[in-house]
Amino acid sequence: MSNYLLSFLGGCLIGGSALILLLGKGQIAGISGIAGNLVAGIGGAAAWRPLFLVGLCLGPALFLGLAGHWPIVRIESGWSTLVIAGLLVGLGTRLGSGCTSGHGVCGLSRLSKRSFVATGIFLATAMLTVFVTHHGGLQ
Amino acid sequence: MRMMGQSITALLAGLMFGLGLSVSGMLNPSKVLAFLDVAGAWDPSLAFVLAGAVMVSAVGYLIRARARRPLFADDFNVPASPAVDAKLVIGATLFGVGWGLAGFCPGPALAGLILGKWQIVVFVTAMLAGMGVYEIWRGRSVGVAAA
Repeated sequence: MSNYLLSFLGGCLIGGSALILLLGKGQIAGISGIAGNLVAGIGGAAAWRPLFLVGLCLGPALFLGLAGHWPIVRIESGWSTLVIAGLLVGLGTRLGSGCTSGHGVCGLSRLSKRSFVATGIFLATAMLTVFVTHHGGLQ
Repeated sequence: MRMMGQSITALLAGLMFGLGLSVSGMLNPSKVLAFLDVAGAWDPSLAFVLAGAVMVSAVGYLIRARARRPLFADDFNVPASPAVDAKLVIGATLFGVGWGLAGFCPGPALAGLILGKWQIVVFVTAMLAGMGVYEIWRGRSVGVAAA
């Protein structure tokens, strides 16, 4: 199968996940919100957040069962880059109330103005960051 | 019955999300960086991921507009789009820089934990710490506002 078709199909699965979480539980499938609320210790009774994360982590194992191999993951960043990037992603997604899933998928699909602005900004700053690190002589 | 419905919904949604990330190639930070590298050998795959995801998710919001409540809960918990503020702009900027540095956003990083790679453990630990910093900052600003 072509790579682009697989990308599109994978995207449909992600959208399907957002659809069933919305219609089943009435919640937005925003990963940073789900993880962040757990960090904040909000909603002791809300077992759905840890369960969602368990399912999320088992997704690649289901892929292994279906495809016969683990998904390809190549990481070139060193530990210092990973630490700085992790801190920025954690702080930024909570401050900005969402990440690629909450703003990018759920927000765009419900035509939220805030999500259009946020998605435009994080796509632009991510592309600018890659431009500087890959073509700016920093790496 | 309702609790069981909620639990199965959450587990199934998480599983579909993790499978979708794996099938689409988004789990791989090298592929994500190749999408963000518009001045290099640009890989447009992620645009197809986003298109598929937004299309199917939009169907959910169309159904929601006609549904009285979710299947297993009393209300929809969907933010009512307030105005764009400085918090949103600064947060999205910081997130974008972090995403561009390593190619990880929260979903693929958490889903990738099962692969047992030390780099993902380091990234996720730092990410959770960053979220903790936000909670401390918010706690302080709430404290200041109350005082």
